Amino acid sequence: MKVLLSGNEAVARGCHESGLHVATAYPGTPSTEILEEIASRYAEIDSEWCPNEKVAFEVAMGASFAGARALTAMKHVGLNVAADPFMSVSLIGAPGGLVVVSADDPGMHSSQNEQDNRLYARFAGYPCLEPSDSQESKDFVGHSLEISAAFDVPVMLRMTTRVCHAQSVVRLGERREHPVRGFQPDPRKYVVLPNHARVQHVWAAERLERLAAFSESSPLNREEPGRRDVGVITAGISYQYVRETLPEASIFKLGISHPLPIERIRRFAASVGRLFVVEELEPFIEEQILAAGIPCEGKKWWPRLGEFSPDIVAAGFVRAGVLERGPEPPAPVEVQPRPPVFCPGCPHRGLFVALKKFKALVATDIGCYTLSVYPPIAVGDICVEMGASIGTAVGVAKARGSGKGIVATIGDSTFLHSGMTGLLNAVHDGAGITVVLLDNSITAMTGGQHQPGTGKTLSGAAARPVELAKICAALGVERIRVIDPYDLDQTGKALGEALESGELSVLITNRPCTLYPPEIRKSILRPPFRVKPDACIGCHACFKVGCPAIGESEKRTEKGLSQSRIDRTLCTGCSVCSQVCPVQAIVREPEGGAK
Amino acid sequence: MRSMSVLIVGVGGQGVLLASELLSDAALRAGFDVKKSEVHGMAQRGGSVSSHVRISGQVFSPLIPAGQADALLAFEQAEALRWVHFLKADGTAVINRRRLVPPVALFRKGPGYPEDPVASVRARAGRVIPIDAETVARRLGNPRVENTVLLGALSGCLDIPEDDWMRAIEGRVPAGTVDINCGAFRAGAETAANWEDA
Ligand code: SF4
Ligand code: SF4
Repeated sequence: MKVLLSGNEAVARGCHESGLHVATAYPGTPSTEILEEIASRYAEIDSEWCPNEKVAFEVAMGASFAGARALTAMKHVGLNVAADPFMSVSLIGAPGGLVVVSADDPGMHSSQNEQDNRLYARFAGYPCLEPSDSQESKDFVGHSLEISAAFDVPVMLRMTTRVCHAQSVVRLGERREHPVRGFQPDPRKYVVLPNHARVQHVWAAERLERLAAFSESSPLNREEPGRRDVGVITAGISYQYVRETLPEASIFKLGISHPLPIERIRRFAASVGRLFVVEELEPFIEEQILAAGIPCEGKKWWPRLGEFSPDIVAAGFVRAGVLERGPEPPAPVEVQPRPPVFCPGCPHRGLFVALKKFKALVATDIGCYTLSVYPPIAVGDICVEMGASIGTAVGVAKARGSGKGIVATIGDSTFLHSGMTGLLNAVHDGAGITVVLLDNSITAMTGGQHQPGTGKTLSGAAARPVELAKICAALGVERIRVIDPYDLDQTGKALGEALESGELSVLITNRPCTLYPPEIRKSILRPPFRVKPDACIGCHACFKVGCPAIGESEKRTEKGLSQSRIDRTLCTGCSVCSQVCPVQAIVREPEGGAK
Repeated sequence: MRSMSVLIVGVGGQGVLLASELLSDAALRAGFDVKKSEVHGMAQRGGSVSSHVRISGQVFSPLIPAGQADALLAFEQAEALRWVHFLKADGTAVINRRRLVPPVALFRKGPGYPEDPVASVRARAGRVIPIDAETVARRLGNPRVENTVLLGALSGCLDIPEDDWMRAIEGRVPAGTVDINCGAFRAGAETAANWEDA
C-alpha cells in the first residue's frame, strides 16, 4: 500500500515494521511527532516521554543492552544534553540494536542554533545514515537497526527539518518480529572502568574499520550515472535539490555519510570531470574527501550557514559555471512581519505584563514564554538553552553582588528537564534571586506533550503527578508562593516583595495553557470581554498586552483616535487587558453571551 | 501528466496544513507523485504559515523554487502578498478576502498592513480570483467550511478529477460534515469558475 507520510511518521512506521521494542524521547521540534505517532498507532512498541534527552537516551541504551531493539529521538540540541551517554556507549556497543535519531534544524526554524550533528557521529565513531525523503526515513530505520545489531554499534539516523516535516509517498510493509535476547553479563564490556574502556576503545576503532568496509559495499550509497563532466556527491535533502536543479549530472548519493565509502568515491571522482559536494551546513563530507586527497568543490559555491532550497543549490551551480543562469526569480514584497505571539488567554501574558513594571534583569528559558522578548511585552534579557535560566541568574547575581532585581523565568517542563539542579545550586549557594516557575501544566511549545507534572503518560495512561511546589520545598527553598497570573495586582505585589527581599524566592503561576491539551478549552473559556465605545479614549494601553484578540475598530474618539475592539470568537475571557485599561472601558459580556 | 506546484499560505491556526493535506491526498488518489512541505513549531502561534505542494509524475524537491508556483492559495490577503514572489508570472492566485491585522501592526513602526493586497498581487500574477469564502460558507449554513470553499476555488487550476477530491474530503473531515463540505467545495469551484478578472 502507498500512503503519504511525513519523515517523522515514516520513522515511526519504520520502527513498527522493523520490530522495534522500545522508543523514548523528550519532545523537541522537529523530532516530536516520531514518538507521538508511535504511541498513537503502534501500541506493540513500548514508548515514553522522558524528562530530558539524557534520560531518554539511557532508557533506550539499557533496553538495547538487554537485547531489545531500541530507538531514541531528539532535536539536534537535545543531543548536547544526551552527549555523555552518547559518547561513552560507543565503547560498549548496542547488542540489541540502538538507533539515535538526531533531528537537525538548518535555518533554525525553531531552535537556538544550527549545529550539524553529523560531527557528533564522527566524534563518537557511530555510523551516520541520512534519509532524503519519507520512504528512506522508513527504510533507514530498519537498515540502522540491522547495522547496529550486526556491528554491535549505536547508529545515528540524521534527519533535518525538511525531511522530518515534508510528506512524500511511502510503500508500507509488515512488521517483522525479533526476539529480545536478554542481558548477557560481561563486566569488561558493560562496566566502563578505565582498564576495561582502554581495551574497548581498541575494539571500537577496529569496528569503525569494519564499518568503513561495509559502507564501501552498501547499496545505501549509490551512483546515478549522467553527464561525465559534472559529478555531484550529496546526501539527505540536498540530493533532492540536486536532482531538481541539475538532473543530467552524475550523482553519487550517500545514504551512509559516516564512515564514507572513500574508495568508491575515489573511483567516482576519477570518472567525472569536476567533482562537487553539495551538503547543508558543515563541510562534513567535503573535508573527509579532501583529507583523502581527492580534489572537490563544495563550500566554495554553497553557503555553510542556513537551510538550502532548490534556489540556493541552483545558484551555486550557476556560480560554479555548470548551470546557465535562468531568469531572475521575482523579489519578495516587503509586508508587515507577522511574528508569533502568545495565544489569547495565555497565562504567560499576565506574568510578563506585571513583570515589565519592575525593569528587572530577566534570564528566561526555552518555551512559549520566550516570546515575551518580542514587543510589545519585550521582557527578557538572556536566553541560552534548556534549563539555563536559574544558573545564569545566579551567575549574574554573583557578578552584581546581590540577587535583588534579578529574575529567572522557566516553564514547568523545562524546570523538570534541567532546571531542578540549577535551583538546588541556588539554594546551596544562598543566591537571592527570584525564580518564576511558569506552570502551565503542559509542554506547550512543541504542541502539548505530557510531562511528569501532568499526571499522564505519552499513551494517555494515568501517572502519579509530581508537584512543583513540593519539589522546590524538597530542594530547600523556603519562600514559595503560588500566584494567579490573570490577577495583575496580586502578581505584581508578589513579584515586588520577592525582588526586594534579596532572598531566594520561587513564585509558581497556576493557570493552564489555553491551547493544550485540546480538552482544556472547555474548562478555561469564560464570557469574553468587549470594549465600550462610549468609554474607550483611544489610548491603546490594551494593545500593549499583545493579545491577538484585540485590534483597532473603525470607530474614532472625538479627538480622532482609533478605538479598540475585541474579537469575541478569539477572546478567552482572561481579563488581563481589562486590568490595564485606565478608564475601565473593557468589560466582560454577561454570562451566556459567550460563544 | 501536467506537473503542478501549489503554495498554500495563511496565518497560524487558520487550517493551512489541513487544507494542504487534503490537496495532497486528492492528488495522490488521482495517481500523481506528491510531496508537501511546511515547517511546524514557532509559526503556529499566530505567525505566517506556508505549505508547498508539488504534484507530478515524479517529484524531487519538496520545496517550490521562487517564481515557479502555478497557483497560490491564500487564506488571508496580506499573506498572499508576502508569498507572491513564489508565483509564476502567468500563475493564478486564489485569495480569500479575509484581513487579519497582526498585533504588531498596532504598535510597531513598519510598512503597516498593506492598503489593497489583492490589487498588489494582481500586478504580479497572471490571474487573481478573490473570494469571500466566509460569506459563501455562511450561505451554506456553516462558517467552518470556509477552507473547503477555498479548496474548491483552487480546484479549477488543477487536473484532479472531482471524484478524487470528494473521496479525499470524505477521508479527512469529521463524519457528519461530509455533505456540507462537499457542497462547500462545489460552491467554491463554481464561484471561481464564474469569476471574471477585471
Ligand atoms: S500554546 Fe499555551 S503556553 Fe503557548 S502561547 Fe499558547 S496558551 Fe501560551
Ligand atoms: S480578556 Fe483581553 S487579553 Fe484576555 S483573551 Fe480576551 S482580549 Fe485577550
